[in-house]
Amino acid sequence: MTPLLPLTVRGASVRRRGKRLIGPVDLDLGGEGITVVMGPNGAGKTTLLRMLHGLARLSEGKVTWNRPLAEAQTRQAFVFQTPVVLRRSVRDNIAFPLILRGEPRARARARAENWVARVGLGEMAQRPAGVLSGGEKQKLALARALIFAPDILFLDEPTANLDGRSMREIETILRDTMAEGTRILMATHNIGQARRLASEVIFLYRGLVHERKTAEDFFAAPQTAEATAFIKGDIVE
Amino acid sequence: MVEIWQGLQSAFWLIATLDADLVEITLRSLQVTLTAVLIACALGMPLGTFLAIQRFRYRRPVIAVLNALMGLPPVVVGLIVYLFLSRSGPFGALNLLFTPTAMIIAQIIIVTPLVASIAHQAVRELWSDYHDLLLSLNATKRQRMLTLLFDARRALLTAALAGFGRAIGEVGAVMIVGGNIDHVSRILTTAIALETSKGNFALALGLGFILIGLAIAVNVAIHALSRTERESIW
Repeated sequence: MTPLLPLTVRGASVRRRGKRLIGPVDLDLGGEGITVVMGPNGAGKTTLLRMLHGLARLSEGKVTWNRPLAEAQTRQAFVFQTPVVLRRSVRDNIAFPLILRGEPRARARARAENWVARVGLGEMAQRPAGVLSGGEKQKLALARALIFAPDILFLDEPTANLDGRSMREIETILRDTMAEGTRILMATHNIGQARRLASEVIFLYRGLVHERKTAEDFFAAPQTAEATAFIKGDIVE
Repeated sequence: MVEIWQGLQSAFWLIATLDADLVEITLRSLQVTLTAVLIACALGMPLGTFLAIQRFRYRRPVIAVLNALMGLPPVVVGLIVYLFLSRSGPFGALNLLFTPTAMIIAQIIIVTPLVASIAHQAVRELWSDYHDLLLSLNATKRQRMLTLLFDARRALLTAALAGFGRAIGEVGAVMIVGGNIDHVSRILTTAIALETSKGNFALALGLGFILIGLAIAVNVAIHALSRTERESIW
């Protein structure tokens, strides 16, 4: 199968009611690993991910995948900060993308059962997804995103508001996912998590890409005052 | 109070003896109402869902009109349907006036806006939760509608029951287009109206109690069949 990446972004920006939320952004994304998008509140992390995924309409510029857009849209997945659970069982939630893609219901459910076990929700498979805890819902959302083996996975602060155990479990799933070849682009506020997971960091500030480096270089020697302050845990406005 | 007591007695005896006329008009009431509600749901639920997820010009006025139509006066609906179905009307050749079919048509017109409006409200809230996920998963418009209809099933059941409640107790429109003809178009509500006009308050009350019992029984049966209260959530 022809690779979906590289992704090329040129002069892309998103405006709402005349206000620029992000951009102009120039970005090339290829290869493998986990790119972590960091920055203070309102820097445009979520908007950047939504823009790349096609959920936020571009006001200017271009986002180009290595494959036609229609195909590219079917080969990427998004996990939202607040997990969206459908009003059906845990297993049927996870099988949902496969059913949308026309896979027979029985086969989709069988594949979902594997994922239910893999993310540690085995005992909850038949329960309504609404009864899950926050961490369990996020694991469900992750399994649902990964069940069709996307080439790229966007994650918008997937462990915000989760306890340490849930965070560790999700990070393990993400490492496994990366090892299986899925490119990951993740927004997070959590500097510790970025240190643990990132192979590369994009630091956003006021809607612009302020710095982009390997994680090692970024944390060792940030170039800008804002990134330095952010890493130190100072307040960055 | 005496009439109410006598009404209860009448209701009891009518049911205990399985009065043939009672059985006939009860079955006709159910037939007319359930048929109308089923068709109204088939029309109203997709319409409500469509209005919730589709953006188009004049959408807001359409929703406002739909909500306003929930308060359609049944007598006016009956009159308009009568004019359309009467011999000189555009559908006179179909000979539907004073038949259960005419009553069903009138009830569909009364119930559909109610079902569509409640469905719209329920699906709109769900759509705001599901919007990003369904777009992210590249769901087609048809798939979005089906997903929302399925996941809003509890609220849609409420819409159907509200429609049933409105239709089973409706008298004005069905009296005009059905004519309350014995063994043809007489249903519980029109029979109650007739007995009241004749001064048979006890029998009218008895039929009224049976009507209330029927409405409760159908509601309970649907809730039981759909296991609304058994699952811990949804």
